[in-house]
Order: sequence, then C-alpha cells, then structure tokens
Amino acid sequence: MSRRILVSTSTVAIAVVVVVAMILPAAAQAPASNAKAPAAKKWTMPRTPDGQPDLQGYWTNSSYVPMERANGVTKEFYTPEEAAAAAQRAREKDEEQATPGTTADVHYDHTQFGLDRSQSDLIQDLRTSLIYDPTTGRLPPITAEAQKRQAERSASRAMLGGTNDAVQNMSFSSRCYFMGGAVPLLSATNYNTNYRIVQNARYVMILTEMIHDVRIIPLDGRPHLPKGVQQWFGDSRGRWEGDTLVVETTNFSEKNPFRGLASASMRLTERFTRVSDEMIKYTFTVEDETTWAQPWAAAVPLKQTPGPLFEHACHEGNYSVGNILAGARLDEQRAAEEAAGKGRK
Amino acid sequence: MKKRFLGFALPWIVGIAGLVLPIQIGTRAHAQGRGQATAAAPAYRAPRTADGKPDLNGIWQAVNEANWDIQPHAAGFGRVGALGAADATPPGLGIVDGGEIPYLPAALAKKRENFEKRLSLDPEIKCYLPGVPRAMYQGRPYQIIQSTNVIMMVFEFAGAVRTINMDKPNEAPADSWMGWSNGRWEGETLVVDSTGFNDQSWFDRAGNFHSDALHVVERFTATSADHLNYEVTIEDKNVFSRPWKLSMPLYRRKERNAQVMEFKCVEFAEELLYGHLRKQPTK
Repeated sequence: MSRRILVSTSTVAIAVVVVVAMILPAAAQAPASNAKAPAAKKWTMPRTPDGQPDLQGYWTNSSYVPMERANGVTKEFYTPEEAAAAAQRAREKDEEQATPGTTADVHYDHTQFGLDRSQSDLIQDLRTSLIYDPTTGRLPPITAEAQKRQAERSASRAMLGGTNDAVQNMSFSSRCYFMGGAVPLLSATNYNTNYRIVQNARYVMILTEMIHDVRIIPLDGRPHLPKGVQQWFGDSRGRWEGDTLVVETTNFSEKNPFRGLASASMRLTERFTRVSDEMIKYTFTVEDETTWAQPWAAAVPLKQTPGPLFEHACHEGNYSVGNILAGARLDEQRAAEEAAGKGRK
Repeated sequence: MKKRFLGFALPWIVGIAGLVLPIQIGTRAHAQGRGQATAAAPAYRAPRTADGKPDLNGIWQAVNEANWDIQPHAAGFGRVGALGAADATPPGLGIVDGGEIPYLPAALAKKRENFEKRLSLDPEIKCYLPGVPRAMYQGRPYQIIQSTNVIMMVFEFAGAVRTINMDKPNEAPADSWMGWSNGRWEGETLVVDSTGFNDQSWFDRAGNFHSDALHVVERFTATSADHLNYEVTIEDKNVFSRPWKLSMPLYRRKERNAQVMEFKCVEFAEELLYGHLRKQPTK
C-alpha cells in the first residue's frame, strides 16, 4: 500500500531523517544548474495521445522550504549542507508541536502518527524560500488600502465573539471547507500533501487529497465566469504555451482572502512544466494591486509520489467542531454554576 | 477473485465485443423497466478519443425525480411544512426496473423508519458525500473527464469525486462514501464495477439505503451525441434478497460554456448541525 502509511513509527522516522540527510547533498541540485549525472540518456517529454505534455500522475509538494525567507538569510539558494541543516531545524520545530504537556501535544502528535513532513515524500530543494520574486524572498509590503481592509476584517471578526462561540467563528480548516493547498498548490498541512493530475485534450483536472478539493481547468479559451460570481477557489482557465500549462484564475471569493490579505480581484497565474519523470516545475504569480504594490511569485516543485489518493471525507467525520463547541458550553455552564454558588455564600 | 478474472478476460471481452454487442443491446432493450424513455438500440457509435475509446467526456445530468424516491411515486407532502409546494415531492415514474426493491424484511422496516426520520437522517441535508449511485441522479450536473488509464467523475454536490481506474483492476484500500471503482470498455459501453462503500449513504430522500456490502455495476452507453443510456445493477446481500436494477437516460448539459460550478455545501449545513451548540447571549 501507500508508502506514507507504512512509514509510521518514530524509529522509522529517525531512520528516514538520517537517510534524507545522507542523500541530500548528493541528490540536491540548484534548479538553475544542469549538473545532472553525466552520460544520462536525453530525457524526452512524455506526451498524451493528443500530443500534450503529460502531467498526469500522483504528485506531492511536501517540503521544508518556507514560504518567506528566514530573517538573516540573504541568498536565494543554500548549499546542500546548509539546506540539510535548515531542514533539520524545521523538523525539530515540527516536533516541538508534540512536546509532552503542551496543548499541541494533546491535539496531535505529528511524529507518532506519521503526520510530520519528515515522514512524507519530502522534496529536496535548495531554495531558501518558495517566494523568488521579489528577490528578497519575502512578500512585498501591503498597500494602505489593504491595511485598512485588514483592520476592517479584524473588527468585524471581533464583533462575532470568541472562536468557540459558534461554528461560524471557527477556522475554515476546522470546519472542513479546505485545508489550503488547492489554489495555488501550496500545502498548508504537514501531511497528505498529495495531488492527482488527470488530463485530456480539453481539460486538466487537479484533485487535492485534502478535502477531495478538485479543480477542473478548461483549455478551450472560454471566458471566465461573470464578474460578480465568486467561488472559494475562483475560476480557472488553462492554455498551453509551448510545453508549459498556464492556468489563470480569477473570481475569487472575498470570504477567503489569499494569505488573509488579498481582495476578490486577485489574479493567480500558475505554470506547470514537466522537467523529468519525477518532477514538475510549478510556479505561481499573484497580482492584486489593491493589496500588494507589485506582483509576487513563488516556486513549489511537485514530485511524483505513490498513489492512491484516499477519500478525505473531512466534514462527514468532523466530530471535533461539535465536541469543541459542546465543551465550551459546558465550561460556561460550570462557570455560571460556580458563580451562582459563590453568590449564595 | 472475480475482478482478477475480469482483468484476465478483458482482452477477450474487447475482442468479441463487436460480435456480442448487438445481442446485449437486444437483451437490455427487452429488460427495460416501465417508463424508461431510451432503449439502447439502434446502435450509435460515439466519437472516439485520441486513444480510440468512445468519448463520454462532457457534463451530464439525470432529469428525473429519483432523488426524491427511486421507486414509482405520486406527488406527496414535502419534508418542511414552511416551504409548502416548493418542497412537496414531485411525482415520478421511478428508475427501478419493475418498480419493486427486493428488501429483506428487517431492511424494509429500516427503510420505513428512515423515511419517517428523513428530515434528521438524510445525508444530503447534512452536505455529506452522496454515494453511488445517488450522485448520478441527484439532479445536479457532473463532469466526466476521460483519460487513458483513469476516468474522473466530478460532481457539483459537495464537490464529490469518483476515480474510475481503467488499468488493471485493484481492490479498495479502505471503505469510502464514493466507493472504489474499476472500469473497462465492452465495445461501446463503459462498465464500472464498484465496491468498498461504507454504509452511510442513501439512494434517495425516501430513505432507501444499503450496507457496506454494496456492489454496484454501472453501464454507460452513448445513444446519441447528447444522451447516455445508464444502467445499474445493485447487489447487497445484507439488505436485498436478490440483485436489482436501475436505468435512466443521462442528458448532456448543452449550455454554451457549461461548467460544474462550486457547491461547497458545508457552509449551508453548519447551522443545522451545530446551531444548538451556539453560545447563548447572557441575560
């Protein structure tokens, strides 16, 4: 069965990390360089029966490369040794979540249940940040308009009351709307960061394992949905530019601002290029003048991974939302009874 | 076992499909239930994909009242009085061949109980994945995206997804709402064999149900550029005394630039599911 399920004990996890640390310097290469093993047969682009580059298969984007470059890091690429050390630090940070006696430990022990990234099909990448444009490796500063919008959003959230006052106040991921990672392909979770791409002459479909979120991308040049029609994942249109699939997405919902910042007028452009049997080069560019003064772009390599994808029926098995709310009501009831008891004394 | 046999036999089946197909069509046309509009004959040859298979790509939808009740039924009261005629059950000829579902006695009692409690039990109301075959006639669009080794079916309702494996058949790694599907071509017909279901989904709003022993075999055959003949055999030894069949036409959504839009329905069911746990304003 799936590799990620079999790798489930902490012993194996340690072994994996050791292996990763050993392999990393040898296997990793700067995406820009062509330092691949010599005398390798020239790779030819796999193609579908229609002649399109074949992007199909199971892919993961599990990686320790942070979205934004860490403070104090000034270069775009690490050396293999530095990358291994950075991955080790990130891994230790993942494990911190499971420190016994902390709230995080009660919630999830990522290491024990095979849910931390080091036990997934991890991508070796020398980048110091996923963001490569601007060259600082960090998000551009947000505009005054975006700052005002942020303040308004915070104020209206505060009006709703506490997180556990009502289901509508809880996070979208707790409520199984989405876990992040579908549009763009940028995983917000440490586990199950898996995708399946299926394509034919007219459509590309990308299934995200988390929440079985699925994108259907028409390639026929049709217009986007009418302007006022907003969807959580926007509305995607694709085209081939040479051997690169270019997907443009608009019509985002203002209920789900990207990075918690964007406006509904955000435009997302994604580029998929298969560069080997194992890898797809995937980059995306975000444009939203009302939020960021300049467009910004990130590179998130996709690596082939064993299937299958499992049905992530999150909402159907969502006991946590009901239990958290019930617990909060019970706490309030106890507090009220205690207060009443004191009052009587 | 059976699946492995089918995998072995597939080349033979494909090879002799041309011979057998006319006979099959004749048999099926004969077996059509009352009220079913489309017999499969006369044979229609679908356009081909780049790899030479019948092209079933498109956005499809059933146009019938089966999601209310798969059996023949007259108009009836709805589930929510406040919605009056808007929620009243529309009359329908049903999609069950012969009209009767061969429930085992205990299962029939449970079906009746489901009907009585449908407002609180129907998974559709809670935005749960619709299961199979219900997703196919829920009265909402879904898209078939056909590739060589896999055929995807993507549904508007709850963003449900079916993955039809067209490679060597394999077994479900775990039970699921939408099941585990292996497909094969028999001439013009896509045959999909699905198992690995959980016991949570229903067939309709009338409480017709199944167990996790459900075995669904579906046959999709294009009868024109814009119609599929859709036939289903249902087996579930825990619930039914014998296999039984559903059949109906599926219609292509012809609107220009038709697309399956987003219907992430959790949002619409949350107050119903968790509203009683909302913090009450303090006096």
